[in-house]
Amino acid sequence: MIFFLLPFLIIIVYAFSSRSPTGGVEFTFTLNNFITLFSDPVYLSIFWRSIWMGVVTTVLCALIGYPLALFIVLQPVRWRSILIFLILIPFWTNFLVRIYAWMTILGNNGIVNSTIGFFGFEPVTMLGTQGAVLLGLVYGELPFMVLPIYASIDRFDFRLLEAANDLGASRWQRFVRVMLPLTAPGIAAGSVLVFIPTAGNYIVPALLGGGKVALIGNFLEQQFGSAQNQPLGSAAALLVMLVLTAGVVFYFRVTDEGER
Amino acid sequence: MAEETLTRAAPTAPAAARDTPRRGFGEGALLVNAIFCYLFLYVPILILIVFSFSNSSLAGVWGGFTFDWYVKLFQNTRLMTAMGNSLYVATASMIVATVIGTLVALGMERFRFRGRQAFDVQLYMPVVIPDIVMAVMLLLFFSNAFQLLNALLGSSFRLSLTTVIMAHITFNIAFVAVVVRSSLKGFDWRLEEAAQDLGANEFNTFRHVTFPLILPGIIGGALMAFTLSLDDYVISYFTNGPGASTLPIEVFSRIVAASAPTINAVSTVIFLASLLLVSVSQLLQRRR
Repeated sequence: MIFFLLPFLIIIVYAFSSRSPTGGVEFTFTLNNFITLFSDPVYLSIFWRSIWMGVVTTVLCALIGYPLALFIVLQPVRWRSILIFLILIPFWTNFLVRIYAWMTILGNNGIVNSTIGFFGFEPVTMLGTQGAVLLGLVYGELPFMVLPIYASIDRFDFRLLEAANDLGASRWQRFVRVMLPLTAPGIAAGSVLVFIPTAGNYIVPALLGGGKVALIGNFLEQQFGSAQNQPLGSAAALLVMLVLTAGVVFYFRVTDEGER
Repeated sequence: MAEETLTRAAPTAPAAARDTPRRGFGEGALLVNAIFCYLFLYVPILILIVFSFSNSSLAGVWGGFTFDWYVKLFQNTRLMTAMGNSLYVATASMIVATVIGTLVALGMERFRFRGRQAFDVQLYMPVVIPDIVMAVMLLLFFSNAFQLLNALLGSSFRLSLTTVIMAHITFNIAFVAVVVRSSLKGFDWRLEEAAQDLGANEFNTFRHVTFPLILPGIIGGALMAFTLSLDDYVISYFTNGPGASTLPIEVFSRIVAASAPTINAVSTVIFLASLLLVSVSQLLQRRR
């Protein structure tokens, strides 16, 4: 606990300090870091891009993950455990390795380019684009969306659909008015689990974005690394924590204890 | 897209669907989506494995079958040292975090104390904040603590493999505590009372009643801690010292430098190790 609380306090102090000319820290109270973060268009665009990419990734994962989870629930029990096992494997596999796999596919000498080159097409630059980063993020986080949704659909009483059918609900109404609201906690839990690591992701933008599509994670790495501006980085880290704590509170509200 | 595929598929679904409530979701569309998802998840990994046997230094070009990259991998002292470091860090942080995390979980479930809610949120924080934020926090903490200690004691603490282990313990405690707590949810505390009524002292109650019952949860938490530790790049990168690279750090620097198939071979080994871990954890859960 000391290892969490003390670092937390230190980062608060840093966030309100200023950078000395040598790259060190001067402990004088200032709000300049926050003013810089909110006024510099470059930093603002990084923030917005992180949030935007997080939202798009979460929505895409939900749109692909929900039907997948539903498909798994509808299978016979024997098949179900195998299919879930196949979702668990990527969940436990090294993230770096999984993202690297996409580099060999999308790279300039990668599989896609050598394949289309074989048919006489010009190579396409895919690494370093937003699309590549988005692909990597969805790929990396999809299992985190599928598992909680699977859990909530698995608990869903399918007889309710029968009842809705008897009461004259159409197929569409049965899904939107009955099934979706009752499985919404799973979607909410999955969304939190996907959104947080996505918005703060460092590896995917660094590898698939080639440093051109920076997110907050890359910004933090830069401030604490080459830029040597720890106070500015601390202020950004503190902001990220505040925003995400709000997200966690939301998560606690929408899920009951047993679902976590 | 989910809604779209469902509605679009709806008219083509069999009329008999009305009788069986689990039908009528547009099975065709669901199947197509599922096949797409599993291909999406597995094709990159399979490509990685296949090309680890490719006799070509270009990542995406097939140059005939070879084991060379695996031989090179096991002869590479840097990579092997990094692998050893990773296993050492994972084992050490797993053991410490499992003990502390389990005690925290037991304490949280058993006692109601003031500030429990705040402690709860604090406990969850390492689980929910991005690893990069955790990494910079720990970096600042270590550098400041060491500056202070070195000034006071004249010692020369600095970032090393030990700081990596301490960092991993910090985030692993949270994960272990969360996993163990969820397994404590259904625990019947009256069993402990029963044991004590039968004359068992507190230690024996724990040893023979509580511990065996929550063991699957503890093992689950421990395996999770081990995997997370092996998986971590960002936190290790910020808290390691000179000569204390873990495997992900070594792999990352090689990826950034150039994509040689040695990385494919390392990645394949890492993937097989994860496969083994998840199989073990599943088998243990099944036995329960």
